[in-house]
Amino acid sequence: MSARDRILNAIAANKPALLPHPELKLSVSPDRENMVQRFMQAVEAIGGKAVAISNFDPVIADVVATRAAGHYVVNTISAVGALSDEVTTDTHADTLEPLHKAFLSAQFGVVENGSVWMTESQMQNRLVPFICQHLVICIRAEDLVVNMHEAYERISDFQGYSLFLAGPSKTADIEQSLVIGAHGARSLVVYVVG
Amino acid sequence: MSEQVGKPLWHADAAEVFIADEPRTDWHDETLWFVRTKRDRASVQVPEWEELRELASGIKDHSLSNLDLYLREFEEKATANGITVHWAADATEHNQIILGILKKHGFNKLVKSKSMLTEECHLNPFLEHNGIEVVDTDLGERIVQFRQEAPSHIVLPAIHLKKQDVSDTFHEHLGTEKGNNDPQYLTEAARGHLREKFITSPLAITGVNFAVAETGGFVVCTNEGNADMGVHAASVHIACMGVEKIIPKAKDLAVFLRLLARSATGQPITTYSSHFHKPRRGQELHVVIVDNGRSRQLGRPDFRNSLKCIRCAACFNTCPVYRRSGGHSYHTAVAGPIGSILNPNLDMRANADLPFASTLCGSCSNVCPVKIDIHQQLWKWRQVLAEEGHVAPSKKVAMKGMAFLLSHPRLFRVAGRVGRSVMRAFPGLANNKKINAWYKQREMPEAPAQSFRDWFKENKT
Repeated sequence: MSARDRILNAIAANKPALLPHPELKLSVSPDRENMVQRFMQAVEAIGGKAVAISNFDPVIADVVATRAAGHYVVNTISAVGALSDEVTTDTHADTLEPLHKAFLSAQFGVVENGSVWMTESQMQNRLVPFICQHLVICIRAEDLVVNMHEAYERISDFQGYSLFLAGPSKTADIEQSLVIGAHGARSLVVYVVG
Repeated sequence: MSEQVGKPLWHADAAEVFIADEPRTDWHDETLWFVRTKRDRASVQVPEWEELRELASGIKDHSLSNLDLYLREFEEKATANGITVHWAADATEHNQIILGILKKHGFNKLVKSKSMLTEECHLNPFLEHNGIEVVDTDLGERIVQFRQEAPSHIVLPAIHLKKQDVSDTFHEHLGTEKGNNDPQYLTEAARGHLREKFITSPLAITGVNFAVAETGGFVVCTNEGNADMGVHAASVHIACMGVEKIIPKAKDLAVFLRLLARSATGQPITTYSSHFHKPRRGQELHVVIVDNGRSRQLGRPDFRNSLKCIRCAACFNTCPVYRRSGGHSYHTAVAGPIGSILNPNLDMRANADLPFASTLCGSCSNVCPVKIDIHQQLWKWRQVLAEEGHVAPSKKVAMKGMAFLLSHPRLFRVAGRVGRSVMRAFPGLANNKKINAWYKQREMPEAPAQSFRDWFKENKT
């Protein structure tokens, strides 16, 4: 018998009687006051920087200035325009390693934890949000949900790869001292546009 | 401990070595308690916290009661997503599957993010023995790997080390400045070293935090981004999971992701919660589903719900015994209270000491985000182990003697009188830790002149 069948048979023989899946209902109703402000506070609390803007001009200025300084930049935000160095789905880590700053848009933000939800198509290449030294993410102010339950209600397609990204990369593995910039981005700025 | 040869010390003996350094023991104790308080602060900010624990517990109970069907559903959906699913009955099969994939491609190195399952299977020594270079990429795991130690905590692998230890280790292996103990500087050195490994490694191994039957995908949570860096740069990704990682639906993830990081470190969510459903174009994605004793544990009604564990380590951080004895004293991949109820199932004889490494205070059960009755199971394991003859004869004789004494009141009174006289006349006997194990780390009290019973008889009215 294959390992698969042995495992599945043993589980079928040993599992308890079927118990129901609990209904995902909570007695506390979500707080919808000041969502933008609370989201921005949550981003700051996890080591990111949150900036409210009314149009994309500050983002465009940042892209232009970073490129003018000779840095390798990836931008996938359509509202910013076609300002990007080359990157495709297949661009290898070798090529992406010097990536200085990436400008990406996210689908929505989660107020309770300051994370943003991004799918593969918003990154161009799965490595981009990780291998860049600095990360800038734009979301629209109306695209905020209160908590993770609402977040999963909103997701319709996981694509091949997707993630909740919350703040810059961090570690506290050396004597519990928080260090920002472990392997991924050293800084994260979230622009809330609206 | 994967790197050790021969039989490790029992918990109590290893703990004695650990606590010999008192300032370090105090530091360890206080640091983990600090993490526990961060968990408390995070949990009280969520008014529905207790409801979430109840839901998480219920979802896991349901998943375990339907586990074979959910595994079949996961396999079917994952296969349709382009993932290759493998099944391993035990650690040997798991290790062979991974070596097979490496050999098929002719690879001789890999990067690996945190996976307690691969520790449980002793994958690293197995692969190294077969000529494969394994680089652990979680910072804490890389530190202990350099030192040829095992992780001492499932979330904070190097929590037993001070920054000067890390500095010495990095000086030796990465050529950092001798005596520079700055965590920022040391982390930067590891960042540079590991970037090179990420970029040049053809294969990456990750663990799995949650696998979703409904979608055939899985979620990996990290703060450093090391899992993603390795996986997205590599042409082959292997994810290793125990059978119990399955949850039914994507919406269930909301409950677990709200609880996991808050319970572990007090963060509202880990920095990266990555959802893998399909390999990247041109990439191979493998999932290895491992039993290794889990189906047996499922068949033990008293212990099955230990399989609900989501590896947050809240029970470690709160445990008075773990905090004062260190993870290595538990001589297993998963230490702490949860390890003490999981490991006897893997090997009863080798882990017979672990359920006794507890005060049964119940704090572990109180903080567990999936409501495992850890302290009850510790107590039940003690009975099973005694029944099966895995308890030291001296402990058994002492317990039998105590039971006899406590059930014979007259004899108990005589023994009390004798005991008090002996303590007064020959304090050296009671204060000798060779004879009296209770004297270790304790001062014996002054023997009172009379028993409480005698005092009460004289003083009532």
